[in-house]
Amino acid sequence: MTRRLLVQKILVIGLGLVLLATSGASFYSSRRLKEPVVLGPGVTTVKRLSDYFEPLRGTANDCNVYVLEGKEPGATIFVLGGSHPEEPAGRLTAWVLAENAVVETGRLIVVLSANRSATTMTRLGGAYPPDFSIPTAWGSRTFRMGDRWTNPLDQWPDPEVYFHYPSGQQLAYVDIRNVNRTWPGRANGTLTEQTTYAFMEAIKREKVDILVDLHEAELQYPVINTIVTHQRGQDMATMVSMTLTDMEGFKIGTEFSPRTLHGLSHREVGDHSNAISLLFEAPEPFLDATRGITGREQLLSGKDEFVVKAGKHGLLFAPIDEKGWPIAVRVGRHTSALLQVAETWGEDHPDKRIVITGVPKYKEMIERGVGHYLRDPAKAPAGRVVYE
Amino acid sequence: MPIVTLLYYALVAFVSVILVVNLLKSKKWERDVLYVLVLVPFLLRLLRLK
Repeated sequence: MTRRLLVQKILVIGLGLVLLATSGASFYSSRRLKEPVVLGPGVTTVKRLSDYFEPLRGTANDCNVYVLEGKEPGATIFVLGGSHPEEPAGRLTAWVLAENAVVETGRLIVVLSANRSATTMTRLGGAYPPDFSIPTAWGSRTFRMGDRWTNPLDQWPDPEVYFHYPSGQQLAYVDIRNVNRTWPGRANGTLTEQTTYAFMEAIKREKVDILVDLHEAELQYPVINTIVTHQRGQDMATMVSMTLTDMEGFKIGTEFSPRTLHGLSHREVGDHSNAISLLFEAPEPFLDATRGITGREQLLSGKDEFVVKAGKHGLLFAPIDEKGWPIAVRVGRHTSALLQVAETWGEDHPDKRIVITGVPKYKEMIERGVGHYLRDPAKAPAGRVVYE
Repeated sequence: MPIVTLLYYALVAFVSVILVVNLLKSKKWERDVLYVLVLVPFLLRLLRLK
């Protein structure tokens, strides 16, 4: 090897090492970003998902399960945030519940990172930010952006075709890593299937009456601004959407879960347990195929001129203008819908109610912002901070 | 870790070795850069960083 060639190799390999070190450090720190949760006054116990299914212990998806037990017995609502972590209103709503909700009657169970593994990366090739921050009066709180699917570092490779268990229905190969395509799960399946299996065990063991799965959707997706419900929840969901549209000043529809579309929470949880399963969808322009820049500001403001233009061409299923869909609006829709579900259930089951206080409704959330409902970990009492 | 995942990691390691050998053998700097750029994601996977 000539001296010139040797220098050339050293320079190029040096370039490679710089690329490897900088990108590797970024991915490493993003995957391990600590997200504090200040336990609100209503949180009585913090369990782990592996408490319901031991094989999950120590895996990426062994998430925290926050239990808010009321003084009086009543109904149990299980709220799942982070089934799709790249839909941040779902996780943030669950965060607001864990840090603020107080249950007077009944019980609320909250999960912030239903697919914790999926919170540790962003969509490949999507140029999404690794994290985002919510401003508060005392500073800011930073959250992992996350992805729709389990991190391939935790479950890999994918099959050519994904056969859903137990229906045998063929789904997109990548959805074998999608928590909302693997319900009801299986004990000896993949990590994602084991995760939904564990949730099913929790739902059965805790005798859950209603499961609420929090999501966001692109505006080019027809299932948006709606409550998707299992057939056993149709009356309640319809009443909730009518009441919200009439009383709270935002439109929300009702969709009935297709009986032959498998793997989704609104179908399988209702079919395989006694719980009524509901799925809330809020709008997230950040996910649209016609979006522009995928920066932190766009994620939180919900503004995108290209999606607005798509709307002018009649390509969207939800309205959008220059004001966008700010995160407080999206989270407020979820909190109001959840509170209305609890109220409507209570009207139908006066002997088994659930009464939740301390959670802001839609207008309050828009007025004060999400950050108002995030507590300062530095000022939390000893032992009242846990990490996601 | 499932056996199929271990096999995939073995494949990634094998391709990485081939890329390194080709990088050392090549004489054109453009090819060197190409090999390095291709190699980085393989190493990130092997190191379980991405």
